[in-house]
Amino acid sequence: MRCLSRPRLCRVLPQRRSPRCCPQDRRSSSAALFQSHMPTKTTCPSSQVSDDEQKQKRENIRSLTMSGHVGFESLPDQLVNRSIQQGFCFNILCVGETGIGKSTLIDTLFNTNFEDHESSHFYPHVRLKAQTYELHESNVRLKLTIVNTVGFGDQINKEESYQPVVDYIDAQFEAYLQEELKIKRSLFNYHDSRIHVCLYFISPTGHSLKTLDLLTMKTLDSKVNIIPVIAKADTISKAELQKFKIKLMSELVSNGVQIYQFPTDDETIAKINASMNGHLPFAVVGSMDEVKVGNKMVKARQYPWGVVQVENENHCDFVKLREMLICTNMEDLREQTHTRHYELYRRCKLEEMGFTDVGPENKPLSLQETYEAKRHEFYGERQRKEEEMKQMFVQRVKEKEAILKEAERELQAKFEHLKRVHQEERMKLEEKRRLLEEEIIAFSKKKATSEIYQNQSYMASGSNLKKDKDRKNSNFM
Amino acid sequence: MSKGLPEARTDAAMSELVPEPRPKPAVPMKPVSINSNLLGYIGIDTIIEQMRKKTMKTGFDFNIMVVGQSGLGKSTLVNTLFKSQVSRKASSWNREEKIPKTVEIKAIGHVIEEGGVKMKLTVIDTPGFGDQINNENCWEPIEKYINEQYEKFLKEEVNIARKKRIPDTRVHCCLYFISPTGHSLRPLDLEFMKHLSKVVNIIPVIAKADTMTLEEKSEFKQRVRKELEVNGIEFYPQKEFDEDLEDKTENDKIRQESMPFAVVGSDKEYQVNGKRVLGRKTPWGIIEVENLNHCEFALLRDFVIRTHLQDLKEVTHNIHYETYRAKRLNDNGGLPPGEGLLGTVLPSVPATPCPTAE
Repeated sequence: MRCLSRPRLCRVLPQRRSPRCCPQDRRSSSAALFQSHMPTKTTCPSSQVSDDEQKQKRENIRSLTMSGHVGFESLPDQLVNRSIQQGFCFNILCVGETGIGKSTLIDTLFNTNFEDHESSHFYPHVRLKAQTYELHESNVRLKLTIVNTVGFGDQINKEESYQPVVDYIDAQFEAYLQEELKIKRSLFNYHDSRIHVCLYFISPTGHSLKTLDLLTMKTLDSKVNIIPVIAKADTISKAELQKFKIKLMSELVSNGVQIYQFPTDDETIAKINASMNGHLPFAVVGSMDEVKVGNKMVKARQYPWGVVQVENENHCDFVKLREMLICTNMEDLREQTHTRHYELYRRCKLEEMGFTDVGPENKPLSLQETYEAKRHEFYGERQRKEEEMKQMFVQRVKEKEAILKEAERELQAKFEHLKRVHQEERMKLEEKRRLLEEEIIAFSKKKATSEIYQNQSYMASGSNLKKDKDRKNSNFM
Repeated sequence: MSKGLPEARTDAAMSELVPEPRPKPAVPMKPVSINSNLLGYIGIDTIIEQMRKKTMKTGFDFNIMVVGQSGLGKSTLVNTLFKSQVSRKASSWNREEKIPKTVEIKAIGHVIEEGGVKMKLTVIDTPGFGDQINNENCWEPIEKYINEQYEKFLKEEVNIARKKRIPDTRVHCCLYFISPTGHSLRPLDLEFMKHLSKVVNIIPVIAKADTMTLEEKSEFKQRVRKELEVNGIEFYPQKEFDEDLEDKTENDKIRQESMPFAVVGSDKEYQVNGKRVLGRKTPWGIIEVENLNHCEFALLRDFVIRTHLQDLKEVTHNIHYETYRAKRLNDNGGLPPGEGLLGTVLPSVPATPCPTAE
C-alpha cells in the first residue's frame, strides 16, 4: 500500500553539525550551572509578543523556560538541508515586445549564455516559450524556468495579445491544483511550474505606458507578482528617466495596478526593501559583451560616445534588480505566489464549480456535504434520464409491434382472398370437367349405337350401304 | 521536465459536473532542461538564508506522544528531553485518584524557545494504557486520536478558503516504553506496535534501563530487535523510506546497533567530579543520564531532536498523512486511484478507526 516514495531527507550527522548548533554544549565546560543558565531569547517586537501571549492563553499553552540546552535550534538547519537536497525551483515570465531585450537581460542576470536565437516579428499570434535550466552555485541547485512571450505586441490587432499569457499562468495553477486534488499525490516530488515573478518590459519612450502594457498588467496583477522594468534604459537621459518613472508609477497607481511590493516586515531587510520600492520601475540595461574599462573587464555596451556599464549603479538599476530579485526576495516571491495568487485561483476555481464553505443558513458547510448534495442531484438527474430513455424505448417497441401486426393482418387477408379465388376457380373447373365427361359419355353412347346400326345396315344392303355409310359418316363427321 | 498543462481527463463524474475547460493555449508542453555553466557569482545561494529567516519567523510545531504502562517513567523522560517541567508526574497525583477506566488522551501544549527558534511542543500523554485487567483493544483510543488529527488536517486542507498556515496537530513521533523485563516483548507491546506502526512513527524505548547490567541490556535489545523483525513491525526510521546510500548506512547503523534506546530519565541534579549532572542517586552510585556509558539517553535526544526532528515531521506529512488521505478518499468512492477529490464523497469520520491496510 505504501508505494509513495519519500523525499530526500535531511540528516544532519552530529559531526556535520555547523558550529553554531551547539555553542553551549555543557559536557566539556567546567563551571556551568544549569539553573543559572538563561536561555537566549531574541527580542521580538512587543506587539508580536502580546499577540502570541493572547493566543497562548486562549489555547492553554504554557510558556516554558528550559534549564539547559536541548538542541532544537538546529531545526532550521535540518529544514534547509532538506531543501538543498531537493533543490529549488524558480520560474520567471518575461513579457515584452519583440526585440526589447528580454533574453539579453536574463542572460545578464544569471551570468550565463542561455541558448536562444532572435525571434521573428511576424508571428500571427502570441506564443509562450518555456525553457528550464539547471544552475549550480556552491551547494544550491536551482531549476530555473524562463518563459518568454514570442510575438507580443507585433500584431496589427493586439486584442488577443495578453490572453495567451493569462492562459499560460492559469494552466500552471491548474496543473498544481489537479495534482493537489489527486488521491494518490506526490506533492514533494512535483516540479512546481507556477510562475513566481513576471518581469514586464516597458518601452523607453519617455512618455507614458502604452495601452497594451496597461491592459496586460491590469489583467496579470492578481495572478502573478509583477515587477515592471524599463528596458534599454540607455536611450533615456537621467532627467528624462526620473520624469518617466514618476509618470509610470502614477499611471499604474491611478489605474489600480498592483505591482509587487518588496516586503518590509522583516527588520533586517525592511530598510533596503523600502528604499528599493521607491526606485521602481527599475531602468535596466543588459549586455553580455565585455569591455575594458580602466583595468578591468566589465559587462557593458560600447558606444562611440562612451561606455554604458551594466553593473554601475550610476548608469542603470541593473544591480538593484539583481539584488532584489535574487539575493533578497526570491523566497518571498515564491511564498507570495503560493499563498496569495495560487490560493486565490484555487478559491475562484472551486467556487466556480459550486463548492462553498458556508451553507444557506450560514452554517459551515463542508466540502463533502456540498458534494453529497451535488451528487444526489446528479444521480437524480441521471435516474430521470434513464427512465425517460426506457420509456422511449418501450414506446418505440410498441409502435413497431403495431406496424408489424398490421402488416401481418394484411397478408392474412390477402391469403384468404387468394384462397377463395383459387377455390372458386377450382369449382368452375370441376364443373367444366363434369360437363366434359358427360359429353364424352354421350358421345361414346352415340358412337356405340351408330356402330351397331352401321353393322346391321351393312349386312342388309351390301355395297349400297357402303356408299350410304360413307355418306353418313361424312355427314356425321 | 515540467508539466505544461493537465492531461485530458476522461472520467465521467468529473466531466458532468465541471464545464468543458477552455481550449488550451498554444504553448509548448515540456521544456528542455539544459545545464548551464555560470560565469560568475550571482547570489542564488542566498536563498538558503532567506529560507532560514522565513522558517525562524514562522516557528515550528512538534507533537510527541508517549505510550506505556504507568510507572515506566514517561513523564520524567519527557521532562529530561526538554529540560523543563513539561509534564506533571503521576506520582504527584492524589493517591485517591483512580487509574482511568479507559485510555485517556491528554495533550498539553508548550512554547519553548532556543537560539531564536520558537517551537510549539505538544506532549500527548496516554494514562491508562495497559493498566487494566483486560487490556484488549486499548490501543484503539490512541489510533482514533491519531486518525482524528489527520482528519482535522485534511478538513482544513480541503477548505475553499484556507488558512495561511494550517495548525499541525498530527502526531509526529510516538515513544513507546518497553518494560525492562530482560526477557522479551509482551503481547500487548507487539499488538500495539503492529497496529500503530502503520499510522505513526514509533520509536521503541526501553524504560528504566538502570535495572539491567550491560550484558543483560545488549541481550535484551537484540532479542527485542529480533522479535520486532519477526513480527514485521517497522519502527522509525523505516527501512522502506531510506532515500540514498548515505541515509541507508546511517540508518542501518542506528537500527541495528542503537535501537531500541535504553534510557534513564531524571530531572534532579547531583555533583559528580565537580560537575553538576542530571542523574539518579542510589546507594551504589550515581547514574548519569547524559553519560553514554551509563545509558543511551543522549543518543535518543540527539536522534529525536538534533538530527531527525525535521525528518520525523516529513515522514508524518508525506507518508502517513498521505496514506490516510488516500484511504479516506477511496473509501465509499469506489473510483480507481488517480481520480480527483471531486470524484468521491467524504463520509463522516467513522466511530472506529479506519481498517489498517494489510
